[in-house]
Amino acid sequence: MRPLFLSIWLCLSVILGATLTTGAQAQEPLRIIIDEAIIEPLPFAVPNFQPENAQAGQMANDLARVVAADLIGTGLFREIPATSYISSVTNFNAPVQFADWKAINAQALVTGAVSVEGNSLNVKFRLYDVFSGAELGSGLQFSGTVDGWRRMAHKVADAVYTRITGEGPYFDSRVVYVSETGPKDDRKKRLAIMDYDGANVQYLTDSNAIVLAPRFSPSGDRVLYTSYESGFPRIYVLDIGSVQRRVLESAEGTMSFAPRFAPNGQTVVYSLTQGGNTDIYSMDITTGQSLRLTNTPAIETAPSYSPDGTRIVFESDRSGTQQLYVMPVTGGEAQRISFGEGRYGTPVWSPRGDLVAFTKQNKGRFHIGVMRLDGSQERLLTASFLDEGPTWAPNGRVIMFARETQGASGSSTLYSVDISGRNLRPVTTPSGGSDPSWSPLQ
Amino acid sequence: MKRFMTSGLLIAALAVTACTNPNRFGSDGLGADGTYGAGVNGSIVPGSANDPTSTAFFQQSVGDRVLFDVDQSTLTPTGQATLAAQAQWLMANTDYQAVIEGHADEQGTREYNLALGARRANAAQEYLVSQGVSPARLRVVSYGKERPIEICSNEACYAKNRRAVTVLAGGLTS
Repeated sequence: MRPLFLSIWLCLSVILGATLTTGAQAQEPLRIIIDEAIIEPLPFAVPNFQPENAQAGQMANDLARVVAADLIGTGLFREIPATSYISSVTNFNAPVQFADWKAINAQALVTGAVSVEGNSLNVKFRLYDVFSGAELGSGLQFSGTVDGWRRMAHKVADAVYTRITGEGPYFDSRVVYVSETGPKDDRKKRLAIMDYDGANVQYLTDSNAIVLAPRFSPSGDRVLYTSYESGFPRIYVLDIGSVQRRVLESAEGTMSFAPRFAPNGQTVVYSLTQGGNTDIYSMDITTGQSLRLTNTPAIETAPSYSPDGTRIVFESDRSGTQQLYVMPVTGGEAQRISFGEGRYGTPVWSPRGDLVAFTKQNKGRFHIGVMRLDGSQERLLTASFLDEGPTWAPNGRVIMFARETQGASGSSTLYSVDISGRNLRPVTTPSGGSDPSWSPLQ
Repeated sequence: MKRFMTSGLLIAALAVTACTNPNRFGSDGLGADGTYGAGVNGSIVPGSANDPTSTAFFQQSVGDRVLFDVDQSTLTPTGQATLAAQAQWLMANTDYQAVIEGHADEQGTREYNLALGARRANAAQEYLVSQGVSPARLRVVSYGKERPIEICSNEACYAKNRRAVTVLAGGLTS
């Protein structure tokens, strides 16, 4: 009789159509239910895709590798290596030899076929439940460009992940972050954008001015961030396609930072500091018209909208320490939601609307955690010298954040973790990284 | 102890100033014997640390920064003494403007530390204004935890990073 919340969100369970357990009830469908109990990852096989023409040869192998990496990266799947294969797939349309895949305990089998014509790429795939000997869902095909081949692989992996877990897709997404080089006392920062898995890094600014905390627009086409290029922190909006930027209106003698888009893509909520006092404002980015949402002598910052755009979660030290509060988008009375030990900052509303991710400081350690909007069910997912700045995957299942190591040679690295607290892993970037912001699904 | 040193520096400032311009701070009876400066025999290099109107002198002899306790923006008595000396210097050297930079140590989230650095810079600015410096000459900016000067991860470094630094701009000799 646990609440639904717990059974859905707590730990990861892999329920493998009963095949791992007793083998007695062998006909349950292939399914990973993310649940409380902890079982082992689901074994799958992704043989190299079939090239349908000569140009597709290399691409067929590369696509299968990215699909496998996406699935493995969730911590929910385990790949059966090709060296174990008994059967080989030589024709996308030929019948699958299920017995051969069953013999090596590949419970899911992903097959694909690829054709390349000039710069256009076509990818077909099928997903099989090996133990029931049936296709799971129907085959799909995706078309795109050769340059965008990794996106095709992510789409295939998203379809496989979604069909097996019932969770929303997230591999076909990007992350904008702050790329960092150099020691702590001479750190160079520039905005960078990459695929969610760290591939295809591109730089959006140079490192002449400090840049902080980029945030995607709801449509993924623009980024808000804070830059010191004027000598003072001000908010900029950058168009990713053209890499053109413009500064948002701000009064002389003020500092503005911590911007975030509303779900309408038109309003921005941010912090403005004047006379040493930091409050939260919102602004229409077209008209520049702003509205003050908080008015206290406390530090009020890190605002984040609810997915329905009606409320804002933010941090304030009005109680004496940093804590999380929720208020209407028009400002007004705010309700405190964090009551645990320590300090809470950088709240981010989940895309599903049910949870807030945050940074918690307690007893000299930093944690990334999640809680419900009423402050209940607080769960700390990480612990280190300095973890901060969570951002949600588009499916609300995974969180990315930055971890800074201590000491003179300390550096910052991006990490991801499942909201169960499992599957903590670094995200590979060419240099250090901080302040990640996950895009919506592309 | 620190307070004593600060006032010693202030005396040094006054003493050196007295060598070049005895009336700048009025006649306060401090000996113009050159003990603290290189001003004897008129060997001052303009803009150098022994030119009392220089940025270098302000940084080294007046003291360009004040430090704060953990998560605090209240000025300490030492900080107030330093700022009082800064105010006197700024009122004597009216060619200069200043930007007061507030900073935090690395223990804290980025946004909060930006706001905390702003509180610290503002506290320093308000003190300077209370001592008579025109607010029109002062601007504030916070760097939060983005610009530490010490990079170890313990209190010895953190204490130096929790600071408000008065950075001069302008001046005839610069």
